Formats: sequence, structure tokens, C-alpha cells
Amino acid sequence: MFSFEHIIVLLRDYWDVFLLEGLRYTLILSAIAVLFGAVFGSLIAFGRLSNSRILRFICSAYTEVVRDTPLLVQIYLFVLIVPKAIGTIVSLSTFQAVAMAFAFNSAAYVSEIVRSGIQAVDAGQTEAARSLGMSARQTMLHVVMPQAVKNILPALGNEFVSVIKETSMASTFFVGDLMTSYLKVKGTTYWALEALLIVAAIYFILGFGLSKLISVFERRMNRK
Amino acid sequence: MIKTVDLYKSFGDLEVLKGINEHVDEGEVVSIIGPSGGGKSTFLRCLNLLEKPDSGQIFFEGVDITANKVDIDLHRQKMGMVFQHFNVFPHLTVLQNVTLAPTLVKKLSKAEAEERAMELLNRVGLAGKANEKSASLSGGQKQRLAIVRALAMEPDVMLFDEPTSALDPEMVGEVLDVIKELVKSGMTSVIVTHEMGFAREISDRVVFFDGGVVAEEGTPDEIFAHPQNPRTKDFLSKVLY
Repeated sequence: MFSFEHIIVLLRDYWDVFLLEGLRYTLILSAIAVLFGAVFGSLIAFGRLSNSRILRFICSAYTEVVRDTPLLVQIYLFVLIVPKAIGTIVSLSTFQAVAMAFAFNSAAYVSEIVRSGIQAVDAGQTEAARSLGMSARQTMLHVVMPQAVKNILPALGNEFVSVIKETSMASTFFVGDLMTSYLKVKGTTYWALEALLIVAAIYFILGFGLSKLISVFERRMNRK
Repeated sequence: MIKTVDLYKSFGDLEVLKGINEHVDEGEVVSIIGPSGGGKSTFLRCLNLLEKPDSGQIFFEGVDITANKVDIDLHRQKMGMVFQHFNVFPHLTVLQNVTLAPTLVKKLSKAEAEERAMELLNRVGLAGKANEKSASLSGGQKQRLAIVRALAMEPDVMLFDEPTSALDPEMVGEVLDVIKELVKSGMTSVIVTHEMGFAREISDRVVFFDGGVVAEEGTPDEIFAHPQNPRTKDFLSKVLY
């Protein structure tokens, strides 16, 4: 049965499993996903906005496939296929394969954020810049992107919060994230509900804190 | 200076320009008037290829800019454009709005570009706002800034696309005054406008666009005092000025 004392005991005896291991791996996994996702996602976004038809097709096909298949299926695919496929070149741990799955998944969502952030900038801005003789590149760099960033950064922060929560699926492969630490603690103590509540609280503090941080940042940016 | 030959342009099924043959001479001030949807703005936007004509040619200073392999950026430097909705760069200060293109495109030094920009801003009474974010300006101030931004590239011709249509009534005067002064200084200009009194006062020639064709053109006196085409008469009778 649920007991409040169990929570105290778990926090005392297993805090290192929850924080040093679980929280740490969750943060590492999320950071890899969002950093790689931001870079790769931006490239995909520019691909979708490019003049090349083939490039546009490839990039939007990628985004659609990723967005319209379950993340868990993608994680399974990466864990099953990637280590074997490139095993002769580098050996990949399950954790690394899972991290790749999250990165490629996040890239698709980031590309949507970047693309819509760029498209939200008034077309008149581009016209004004081009009418002054600025090249397409100069216009993107000096006129469109500085304005698009204001739309992109807050959305990117929210994507980070989503990814943190989604990484709980990595526990399917027992890679050491927060959700894995729940499985571990439950396995040794049999206090499932108490362990789960602790994990939920950590996710909440992380997500809520980050969301608040983002909205403060957003307000400060808009004031400028 | 500008000559168009048989310009056609459609948006989907809608034929907006149906064979426009026009010209603008050096030093000339041409006003384009006519009902909405008549093709005025599309024609003006074709002149610097913001709109690509479906067929026909546009000669600017002797070069066919509709030809393949023409570097349009090069020609656009010589054609300043002012938009209905100002399109000032909101993330930049007033001064930076003016210096951006000269430093990037003409490779002017920052000091040189700023000196020239301040001179121009002074002329339109915005020098005191140089370091403010352009987003904080009023509509009239934004449009004056947009004019100065275009002038900073030292264009040979200025294209005005309904420069006062989006302004509050009390701000129309200050923008028209700037354009008047510019025109008096000899700047070749093409102005799409609904300000009939203004068009009559400053134009060398008035072109009446209707249904995608030039229905009538002539001196301001010919168009406003003695219109020949019934469509011109009809339009002018409905417009207060």
C-alpha cells in the first residue's frame, strides 16, 4: 500500500539513482536531441524553403514520415537497425542508438518550428530588402532571420520541454533515464507508486521550471 | 529610362496586365491612377521584377531586365521603391534601416553610410529619431524613413506604390511633402496613387489604368480637366479630390 514514509525512505536511499543517474541521462538525452535537432532541423527547414523541387520534396517527405509515425516505433527501428547497419564501422551502444532516434525525431519538429518562424515574417520585409538590391542571402541573413528568431526561440524552448517528457520512452530499452530509474527502484523495493510519484515530481519540476524560464525570456525579448 | 513592351501578367485565371506599352523618361514624373484591381500596382511591381511578367519586356536604362542571366539585384539598386505598408525593418534602428543596404550592397564603410544617412534623415525631419527602434515610429514617420532608405542607394528612379494609402489622414500631408520636394529636385518618379489633387499638381504625365490596360494618358490637365475616355470620366466623377 501507498505510504508517505516510503517516499521519504526512497528519497534518502535512492536519491542518487533518481538524480545522479536518471535525471542526468534524461538531460543528456534531451540535450543531444534538441541540439542535433536544432542544427539538422534548421537545414531541413531551409531545404523546404529552397527553390529546388527535389530538395523541397525530400525535406518535406522526411518531416511527414517522422511526424506521422509513432516515436516509439522510431526508437525501436533505430535500436534494431542502426547498430547492425554501421556495426562494422563504429560500434553503437543502445543508448547512442536511442539518442539518435530522438535527434532525428526532434529535427523534424524543429524544422517545422524554423520554417513557420521564417514564413511568419511579413513578405513585405523581403520585398523591401530585395528592392534595395540586397541578394536573397543578404535578405535572409540581415532582415528575415533576425525577425524569425523571435518566433523560433520560444517555440524551440517548448520543444525542449516536450523532448524531456518524451525521453521517458527510452526506458523501454533501459538506458538509464529517469523512467529507467523508476523501473530499477521499483524492482528492488516493490514500492511502485511511491517511486513513480517521485519520478513524476522530478519531470514536473523540470518541465514547469523550463516553461517558466522560457516565458520570462520571451517577455524580455518582446520588450526589446 | 524605363520602357515596357507588351507586358502581360496573370494571377491564376485573372489577367491583370493585358499588353502594357509604357515608358518613363529621365526626369519625368508619371502618376498612375485608376480603380482598384486595374493593374496599377502590379505594373509598378513589374518594373523592378518584384512581380515577374508572364510575357513582354522591360528595358531599364537600355538593358532588357526580363532577359535570362540578368543580375536583377544590380538594377534594383538603381530603382528605389516605396511601399504602401512602409515595410521598414522593425528590428533595426532608424539609422540602421537607412545604412543596411548601402553597407551590404554598395560596400560603403559604416562611417560613410551613417554620414549620408544622417544627411537624408535630416532632410525629412527624422535625424532626432536616428537611434530609436523604427517600430516605435508613427505611420507618417515610417513612410518618410522608407523613402530615405530607398534614397540612400542613390537610385536613378523612384517607384511609389500607393505611398499614402495606409496612413492616417493627418499624416498624409507630411509624406506628400517629402515626395513633392523629391520630385522638384528632379528625381524620375513613377507614383501609383489615389491622391488625385497630388497627382494633378506634381505629374508631368498621368496614366489611367483600367481593366489591365492603359485606358488613357496625357498631361494632368488633359486627364483631369478634359478626359476623353468615358471610363476615365466615370472614374474621376466618383473620386473626390
